[in-house]
Amino acid sequence: MNIWVVMISLGLLTFLTRLSFIGLFQRWQPPDLVRRALRYVPVAALMAIIVPELLMTDGTLNLNPLNPRLLAGLLAILIAVRTRSVTWTIALGMLAFWLLRWLLGLLGM
Amino acid sequence: MQNRPSAQFFSGARAELPILLGVAPFGMIYGILALGAGLSPLAAQAMSAIVFAGSSQFMLVQLAGAGAPGLVMVLTGFVINLRHALYSASIAPHTLGLNPVWKGLLSYLLTDEAYAVGILHYNADSPPANKHWYFFGAGLTLWTGWQISTAVGIFLGAQIPAAWGLDFTLALTFIALVFPVIRDRPTLLAALSAGVTSILASGLPYKLGLVTAALVGILVGMLSERKS
Repeated sequence: MNIWVVMISLGLLTFLTRLSFIGLFQRWQPPDLVRRALRYVPVAALMAIIVPELLMTDGTLNLNPLNPRLLAGLLAILIAVRTRSVTWTIALGMLAFWLLRWLLGLLGM
Repeated sequence: MQNRPSAQFFSGARAELPILLGVAPFGMIYGILALGAGLSPLAAQAMSAIVFAGSSQFMLVQLAGAGAPGLVMVLTGFVINLRHALYSASIAPHTLGLNPVWKGLLSYLLTDEAYAVGILHYNADSPPANKHWYFFGAGLTLWTGWQISTAVGIFLGAQIPAAWGLDFTLALTFIALVFPVIRDRPTLLAALSAGVTSILASGLPYKLGLVTAALVGILVGMLSERKS
């Protein structure tokens, strides 16, 4: 399949996914149960992306305590909780990631 | 006066700006990977405008580089992006009165990063008028940053070595968005269970693990709420 066909199909499907509930309802107020469920959407969906990024290397689980993504990620979590700052979390997290890789490289790990 | 469309638009844009620090490197890496996978510069840039969903674009160029069949690519990208239906459901109660053009526009701009910023504002205790302008400001800022960073990645190409690990900024961005909003036990348990499930279910085909983990997290959050 041509890459253009792939991206236009996926673009259309993604747009319809995003439009789904927004487009369907004119005067819908979600029932209490749904409203409660929706509270957990941001945290649950984003954690499902974060954790594999920290713990998986090339598709396999990497629980090595010297895994720089895991260590820098844990530090970034602490920074995010303490500062609530997006800027500091990303900047210091990336800095820690580079430093850790450099140090572990020096130590030959 | 705080609720004027322009005031809402600019405070939404301002709230989104710091997030570009994490999104821009990721967009650049996407641009580089896309060329590496054999896409033309035009196709690589068009995908950022047409699909406009970072994780699925990443997966798509990796699959393209590996010579995967087109149908597998579309299906995998679709499943990765299914979580946007949850975002749509979450935003929907706030967009009831808007006309179809607005609904289409906001849906097109409904990414992880714009949603995370927008929903906080929608749920805040401020008057609801013109909050869609805030979301529009946040979404358009992210869109512009994503298009420009893709272009920079395409332009710089191999001058940025993959060894820099710039793709790690995606995880950092999401960490910055998620952890400050974990404030009670049910939310914490939702986060933990989604995280654990994402690892356990990572072997599922077509990246189904992602949406499975999100649904498990939501369920666990609700159940732990009932007990407390």
